[in-house]
Amino acid sequence: MMEIRFKLNGRDVTAMAEADDSLYQVLRSLGISSVKCGCETTNCGLCTVHMDGKAVLSCSVPAPRCAGHEIVTLEGLQDEAKRLGACLADEGAEQCGFCAPGLMMNVLALAKENPGASDEEIDAYMAGNLCRCSGYMSQRRAVRRYLAMIAQEVSA
Amino acid sequence: MMDEKKNVQAVGAPVRKKDAEALTTGKPVYTEDIAPKGCLCVKLMHSPHAHAMIEEIDVSRAQNAPGVACVVTYKDVPDVRFTQAGQTYPEFSPYDRLILDRHLRCVGDPVAIVAAQTERQAMAAMKLIRVKYRILPAILDPEEAIDNETLIHPEENWRALVPSCGADNRRNLIARGEDAEGDVEAELQASDIVIDRVYTTKANQQCMMETFRAFTRMDTYGRLEIVSSTQVPFHVRRIIATALDIPKSRVRVIKPRIGGGFGAKQTAICEQYPAIVTMKTGLPAMIVYTREESMTLSSPRHAMRMHVRLGAMKDGTIRAIDLHTLSNSGAYGEHGPTTVGLSGHKSIPIYTHNMKAFRFAWDVVYTNTMSAGAYRGYGATQGLFAVESAVNELAHALDMDPSMIREMNIVREGERMPAYYGEIAGSCAMDRCLARAKEMIGWDRKYPAHTMPDGHIRAVGMALAMQGSGISGVDTGAVMIRLGDDGIYNMAIGATDMGTGCDTILAQMAAQSLDCPVDNITVHGVDTDTSPYDCGSYASSTTYVTGMAVVKTCEELRGKITRVGAKLLGISPEDALFDGDCVREAEGERSVSLQEIANAHMTAGYEDISACVSSGSPISPPPFMAGCAEIDLDPLTGEVKLVDYVGVVDCGTVINPNLARVQTEGGIMQGIGMTLMECPTMDDRGRTVSNSFLQYKIPTRVDAPSVRVEFEPSYEKTGPFGAKSIGECVINTPAPAIADAVYNASGVRVRDLPITAEKILLGDRE
Amino acid sequence: MAVYKNYVLAQSLDEAYALNQKKSSVIVAGNMWLRMCGLRKQTAIDLSALGLDRIEENEDAFVIGAMTSLRDMETHEGLNACFGGVFADALKPIVGTQFRRGATIGGSVYSRFGFSDVSALLLALDAKVVLYQRGEVSLAAYQKEAWDRDILTHVVIPKGRRAAVQSVRLSATDIPVLVCAASVGPDGARIVLGARPARAMVVADGISPEADASVCEAIAQAASFGTNRRASEAYRRRVAPVLMMRALMACSETQKDGEEECK
Repeated sequence: MMEIRFKLNGRDVTAMAEADDSLYQVLRSLGISSVKCGCETTNCGLCTVHMDGKAVLSCSVPAPRCAGHEIVTLEGLQDEAKRLGACLADEGAEQCGFCAPGLMMNVLALAKENPGASDEEIDAYMAGNLCRCSGYMSQRRAVRRYLAMIAQEVSA
Repeated sequence: MMDEKKNVQAVGAPVRKKDAEALTTGKPVYTEDIAPKGCLCVKLMHSPHAHAMIEEIDVSRAQNAPGVACVVTYKDVPDVRFTQAGQTYPEFSPYDRLILDRHLRCVGDPVAIVAAQTERQAMAAMKLIRVKYRILPAILDPEEAIDNETLIHPEENWRALVPSCGADNRRNLIARGEDAEGDVEAELQASDIVIDRVYTTKANQQCMMETFRAFTRMDTYGRLEIVSSTQVPFHVRRIIATALDIPKSRVRVIKPRIGGGFGAKQTAICEQYPAIVTMKTGLPAMIVYTREESMTLSSPRHAMRMHVRLGAMKDGTIRAIDLHTLSNSGAYGEHGPTTVGLSGHKSIPIYTHNMKAFRFAWDVVYTNTMSAGAYRGYGATQGLFAVESAVNELAHALDMDPSMIREMNIVREGERMPAYYGEIAGSCAMDRCLARAKEMIGWDRKYPAHTMPDGHIRAVGMALAMQGSGISGVDTGAVMIRLGDDGIYNMAIGATDMGTGCDTILAQMAAQSLDCPVDNITVHGVDTDTSPYDCGSYASSTTYVTGMAVVKTCEELRGKITRVGAKLLGISPEDALFDGDCVREAEGERSVSLQEIANAHMTAGYEDISACVSSGSPISPPPFMAGCAEIDLDPLTGEVKLVDYVGVVDCGTVINPNLARVQTEGGIMQGIGMTLMECPTMDDRGRTVSNSFLQYKIPTRVDAPSVRVEFEPSYEKTGPFGAKSIGECVINTPAPAIADAVYNASGVRVRDLPITAEKILLGDRE
Repeated sequence: MAVYKNYVLAQSLDEAYALNQKKSSVIVAGNMWLRMCGLRKQTAIDLSALGLDRIEENEDAFVIGAMTSLRDMETHEGLNACFGGVFADALKPIVGTQFRRGATIGGSVYSRFGFSDVSALLLALDAKVVLYQRGEVSLAAYQKEAWDRDILTHVVIPKGRRAAVQSVRLSATDIPVLVCAASVGPDGARIVLGARPARAMVVADGISPEADASVCEAIAQAASFGTNRRASEAYRRRVAPVLMMRALMACSETQKDGEEECK
């Protein structure tokens, strides 16, 4: 076991981890329930969190590598989660909701990187977030709705 | 959102899902999130062999390894066979399992259960288990199963509860049967043309994002509490009690939020393992399947081989369909006898209009492959790939537009469908679905194909589909609604929302029936101790079957509210009216509010205002659908890109347009996956190699960028507010539609799914 | 799952190299594929504190630190301007943005996976690898070697060639069934095939950039292909010339477009 100190959702935390634990495992052990595991092969995107402001797969980040870094999960972005979540809900796009937190973390990254994203750019950016319920169309409509909402706020 | 005024249309409104905020803010609402701290971690040791007998098993070192609470082998489980299939008792699926068996029947079959404090400890202990296997000859090909000298279930206590389905473990048969009307051979003889083809589909995986998982613990009363990601909590109670050989009164099952099901969780895949650990240790225990386990030891679609003979006249009228289906149920019989039925009963009836005769026969067999189960579509998907493809092939053979063939032959509202148990198509807008789908895709302009400037070929293809709405005469759901403080309604259902939104949809129906805002109806997850009975969410039953129970419950509840209101007003109930807000004099000015009624009935002297009514249906009205695909085919590589897919659905009245649309888009996408990329694959030793999302590709959002959906509602008189089902029907059209588009683009007819670039490029042009 | 007991965040390449001389050590780069391969090791060596995550441009080449993510290469303006956007094109189909933000160029090149899109492209661009002990080695040579215990620190991509990549995939973000990278330089055109399914290799070099179908056909006939569960040898051989033709054609197009940026 080793001790790993990092910033989680704005607070300094100390976690105990095995050398070969992933960030995902550490986050779950810290009671972060929004991160989910959907595969063991880096394909699903359910475990997406922000590391130093960028969306990464927490299943693949070695836990010790987080030492001194800043990790943000959906728990740390509740205001944005409610706004984006409302866009998803207005389309019925969240469905079972299991992929939603990972999806949303990547949408929030997209909104920062490319707030004017076209449909094609949205799809390309989000390609690593699998969803089996929605068929993706409603998610795209929801993301469009969310980006438009932000754009309106910026211009207002 | 919902208008707060009364008499608002709750039914038909795009209401947000009641659990939406919890789900989109990452709240701990799923099984693993709510497991007690310190739960034992349960892991399974899997058979490396497709068919073997355990000669010796030594777990002594594992038992003494650090952190290990218990190791269970076949020696420690009750010798009582059961089925994992979540079906109404007596199940059609044979009782052919033990929790652990000496006889291992497929790769992955559990050899031992290890429970330890941590996952690492459990995995380390598992490595210490020593097993000596006697390898038996394995049957991997379903065509070789019947009367093979190798028997997969030779055991004496194998039991078929419904012997009429033709199960015979001495022949590796799970079911065999035939349904027919008219003289099919004579009608085929009399036909100008007979399309005689064989189609095959594979054992596709549901791939819900949340894998199988459950935790168990002993409650205050010494009962086994199971919290499970399941579609069938009441069936799980029965299945686990049977498997553990304990009274059903000792089991309680709770269903929290579920991360998708699609039928996978209509089978009790994993609950028995933590359950037996908790029974033996008294400690809470949890199992969480890895994705690999979910892909290798689960409940995929039954792989089927379908032989279709379709007889028609030169003018395109279809006289007769003869279908034989061979279904591979794998090592165990879960859902084997029932899924196969849908391959004919939900495909042939579409062409009722001119049909003179049909025959549908089937065999369902055991093999040494992963046991199959229930997957959205439940056999209809397979059958429709075959029958719809044959209809498309007929169109080409007659040089007719496949939409014309369909317009001539499809069942019309009011017609009796001999191949659908003689039921009448009481509500059917399939003709309108077809017309609208053609319009949306631009069929008349685009059929069959044209070449693009880059040399690629654009082509279109179409298919129709039907399904049922619940299992007629079997499925039942009860709904309980209680009036509470200030006039709130607590609704309890046993139907299981698995993300589909049925909690919300049923609340919309209740709100409509009780003239109140949807927000005034509370809902919660399922608990077999407190929820009214429901067979569960499967067979496209919830909206239609449980929805009708909502309507009936509300009717009864309104009567009680009116009686108490009348009593408060001092008038006879016959002279009182309830409008959702108040009970008022029919002729007069006085009224008493729902709030006053609610609060009064919680004082002495008033009757309880609650109602619980169950509902079932003697019929299963089919939803109908038309789907059209437009593809772009690269003739030099065989690659197919889906340019556009349109689906038009008749699900009766649309209760929630948002949720119905997402159901349809999601179902179509799964159908697209099954058609173009999802390829379950085994090696020659029976090991599943498509065991991850790396090796089993499901569609991403870039694979099919356009799916468009519309509704052409009919009105189903026997359904709640005219509704039928939608959940399953929507997965059925992509395979035959895309297969025909591929043919139109390339001249290559692919009859075995999936349709890969290689099959197209190296296939024979017809 | 990869299992190891110790985790060392190396403070210098010396330290990393010394640790890596033991068979029981393994270097952790992006940890995308490593975690799946079931390795059991004593020590994991992390290079992420060594400043190897930078893309530097000099007169003749781009020098890319081994820990640079595929996403950084995909979105790097200078790199894409110089090579006609080929990095954005070639990397985009790899799983998803989060994956590419984790996966590193060093991990991709060192692993020498047959299915690597990256290796095929880098081979076409005549890339070199810089190894801590051995110094600069051509990627073409490195591709053929067995895994060793030296440390790959940089990938050097010389300027001067134009490249394009074509691939066939079973689904949009899957690993490729076949990948073809073509490049054109002063000495003519070069063609690389990857996911044959074996390691990527140069199948033609110094040929005319206007090579016609029969030339591509002949190259494909001479190349070696295999069968795996994604496709058969026959299919790969059949589509290889198609991808070659298309990649060559795309090269000549980017050549016209991109002449300016790289000077």
